[in-house]
Amino acid sequence: MYLDNDRRPTLTPQLAVRVALIGGIALVAFAVIFFRLWYLQVLSGDRYLAEARDNRVREIKVQAARGEIVDRDGRTLVDNRPSNAVVLSPDRLPADLDDRRTLYRRLGKLLDIKPGALARDVEPQLAALPYSTATVKQDVSNQLAWYLLEHRDQFRGADVERVFLRSYPHHDIGAHLFGTVGELNAKQEKDPRYRDVDLGDRVGQTGIELQYDRYLRGRNGASRLQVDAMGNLNRRLNKRDPKQGRQLRLSVDLDVQEAGQEALAGGTGRGAFAVMDVKSGEVLGLGSQPSFDPNIFSKGIKQRDYARLLDEDNGAPLTNRAIQGGYPTGSTFKLVTATAALESGVITPDTPLFDPGSYTVGDTVFENAGKVAHGTLALRQALTVSSDVFFYQLGDQMNSNGDGLALQHWARRLGIGRNTGIDLPEEQPGLLPTPKWRNALFKAGDTDRVWTPGDNVNLSVGQGDLKADPLQMAVAYAAIANGGRVLRPRLGQRIEDSSGRAIQQLEAPTARRLKIPAADRQAILDGLRGAASAPGGTSTSVFQDFPIQIAGKTGTAEKGEGRADQSWYVALAPWPEPKYVVAVTDEAGGFGADTAAPMARRILAALFNVKENKLVEGGGPSD
Amino acid sequence: MAASTPVTDFRDRGVRLLPLDPLLLLAALGLTAASLYIVGTATQDDIPGDPNYYVTRQALYAGVGILLMLIISRFDYSRLREWKIGIYGTMIGAILLVYALGFSARGSKRAIEIGFFNFQASELGKLLLVLSLSAFVVDRMRRLGDRETTSRIMLLTLIPAMLVIGQPDLGSGLVYLAIALAVLFVAGTKWTHFAALGVIAVAAVAIVLVAAPAAGVEVLKPYQVDRLTAFLNPTNNPKKEGYQINQSLTAIGSGGKTGRGDQATQTRLDFLPEHHTDFIFSVVGEELGFVGAALVLSLFALLIWRALRILTMSKNLYGALIAGGITAMLMFQVFVNVGMTIGIMPITGVPLPLMSYGGSSVLVTFMALGVMQSIYARARETATVKGL
Repeated sequence: MYLDNDRRPTLTPQLAVRVALIGGIALVAFAVIFFRLWYLQVLSGDRYLAEARDNRVREIKVQAARGEIVDRDGRTLVDNRPSNAVVLSPDRLPADLDDRRTLYRRLGKLLDIKPGALARDVEPQLAALPYSTATVKQDVSNQLAWYLLEHRDQFRGADVERVFLRSYPHHDIGAHLFGTVGELNAKQEKDPRYRDVDLGDRVGQTGIELQYDRYLRGRNGASRLQVDAMGNLNRRLNKRDPKQGRQLRLSVDLDVQEAGQEALAGGTGRGAFAVMDVKSGEVLGLGSQPSFDPNIFSKGIKQRDYARLLDEDNGAPLTNRAIQGGYPTGSTFKLVTATAALESGVITPDTPLFDPGSYTVGDTVFENAGKVAHGTLALRQALTVSSDVFFYQLGDQMNSNGDGLALQHWARRLGIGRNTGIDLPEEQPGLLPTPKWRNALFKAGDTDRVWTPGDNVNLSVGQGDLKADPLQMAVAYAAIANGGRVLRPRLGQRIEDSSGRAIQQLEAPTARRLKIPAADRQAILDGLRGAASAPGGTSTSVFQDFPIQIAGKTGTAEKGEGRADQSWYVALAPWPEPKYVVAVTDEAGGFGADTAAPMARRILAALFNVKENKLVEGGGPSD
Repeated sequence: MAASTPVTDFRDRGVRLLPLDPLLLLAALGLTAASLYIVGTATQDDIPGDPNYYVTRQALYAGVGILLMLIISRFDYSRLREWKIGIYGTMIGAILLVYALGFSARGSKRAIEIGFFNFQASELGKLLLVLSLSAFVVDRMRRLGDRETTSRIMLLTLIPAMLVIGQPDLGSGLVYLAIALAVLFVAGTKWTHFAALGVIAVAAVAIVLVAAPAAGVEVLKPYQVDRLTAFLNPTNNPKKEGYQINQSLTAIGSGGKTGRGDQATQTRLDFLPEHHTDFIFSVVGEELGFVGAALVLSLFALLIWRALRILTMSKNLYGALIAGGITAMLMFQVFVNVGMTIGIMPITGVPLPLMSYGGSSVLVTFMALGVMQSIYARARETATVKGL
């Protein structure tokens, strides 16, 4: 039976067809494989080769130190110190929640952090950036770091990173300028300016650190390692050394800055100052009181400390009052009013006006400070003795002349109520009161009355709704002193290598030019000079024995509601060719001559290297 | 019985006179050489301190395999037809033995440990199935048109196929099915039967992959389903199933035209798992490039061409069916394995014949080639006798 079945012709046509079909299938399959191989190996070979290289190479980042920040004489203001940070690497962290809790408990015990607080701190970091390490604690001692590294098996997922922390050898001196450094945030990550920055890298977040971040941040180095599929080190490939960021030289003079902050601290403890070169706009000092020690930020600031720095009751130390103050300026504003009155033709430098001691607008009586009557006087004298009534009249007239906005126009041109454009990102414009502004406020129901001539009268002597800061005042005074150029103040001077050789001079910003006749400017300057030197001048008593001749204006701004008056002083020195402008204010210093003028003298002493044996007492006629 | 007597006489008279197909032998030896080279380079760092661990074993398997091939080629395969029940029973028994004694490798129970050799019954089953199934078909040649014949053969195949799929060794199960279809096809089963089988196969796949999991019945283990579907979209799950495919594509692609030789980091640094077994073709692609891969494929093409030629030469139907089954077994494994490494076929755990490291696969493939040589030899002999 087998044999019957098994007998067959060698190759039937039917079998031939079927064998051919099998051969055909093989042929097609081989063709498909060959084309696919051609595509993978010949056409896409380079791409896969790159992928294979990526596969085996792990880069271990070596953090680059940020550039140092130095003052105009090369004295270090901000540098770096190496420290240890305890971090968690997500790829090695236990996936199991209980294991992770055990790790948090152990770490918390080692680092003296409550495990719950640690988890609350770390888990959101890991969730936000799943492939980036999360920092548990900054600035850990070497002993703790070594212990952790030696007992790695107990702390699986935890690691110690060498990082550079910002260090501020002068503590609170200049604290408001430098700003803070922090990890790249989600918004910056998408910003093309941070293309070269890796997740987890620290970049400038505020202040100078933010403004000049692209110079200050260095380029991270990397150790390139060849690893196998398990991540084990196979061999070292090469190393790229980290490159420290560029050094930034500021125009700040450490001595001036220090003198300014000390002077402010000697007052009521809340105030600000600005020192600027009247020709170049270079800022030699810019300070705010109360201040803080920025070193606490580099460790990663505690929430409690941060809240304290923002607390109004403590004077909100983080606020930079020199550019964010927003104060009424008192009589220091008279320079603006004088300029506006002269340029809008309300008066000439010699137009006499009568000062009976008070001025009535509608049913409101505006009086001179101390109710003094100065009699008939022209602009120079009015500035010297600080006659309010003289300027009340100017304010009233400018309110009724033409569009009634001459004072606002000139104030704005001189930089009041707008950002000066200093190279600090946190500047606030303040407020220049206008009819439009107040009437809109009234319409919205946010105030009880519309604009009246009294508002302009108040503005003419820097009272009322005006909000300006010392830097804006410095810019306005500098414009009158330098021939009408409204400068953009700047702190950054040049970019240098680590030995202090210039790499790039930072571009001098263009100034806005105002057309003010020399005679008008000179009249104003003469008035200011008189105020600091002539008999009856508001600050003569403060500056009469000062070896450097100056011009300057006091200011006393009423804050109302039983609060102490704000004290102001703006000085131009040396006379008659002013090189610097110094603007100082103390929030509760009373009369300008009492508090702010002696502060200005201390700053000027530092500026001109004048040795003073004792601090000058304030005092003099009221302004 | 009467017809087989002169053949036996002939063999007894002069064993040395029996011819071998030289090209089939050449292809097999070429692939063995390639396998030894690739296994040698790919695994030199796998066992610390013993760079030649795998290559010496593979060489031993190949040596024994070649010996077995030569011995088997001297016997008349036609005799095996009488032992079909025994062969089929041995196959089922061996597979069941694995169930009873087998040890587990990565969750699969596939092998029995015999000394240092892991005996994989499902590999031997491939050859035993060809031999027994071909015999059953020859028995029913007169009723080949009956639906019953086709269903019986398929049933005989499904029993071992299901058993090995349950081990779980999906790849071997699919090879069994391919063998059965090829044997029926060469025998001349009606097209309508194949069409019906096709419909049933589609329905079965739909039930196993879609309907059964939806109803809560687990036919395939979840990892098997993942592996089967991963190739459709490897980037979907780059950590697990997709990882293997991606690493394989990267390995092959990075080989370029002429290969990376010693710089084949995908293999050497262990990014490509299973680089000496199921994914050895990826290593060929990475180390030797398009040129090397094409050479290896050419050897397989030569092998398949000669196998098909032997099919047509066979002196009897049994030989033709065996040749068809073995050809299908080789073709299926080559295409599924290579297709898997280049990302056009699912991962099914099918070795690359003669190339992949592994004693069972190498020995069984050589034994199958021994049977092929036997068919060739008998055919040539018959032709010579007729020619005389």
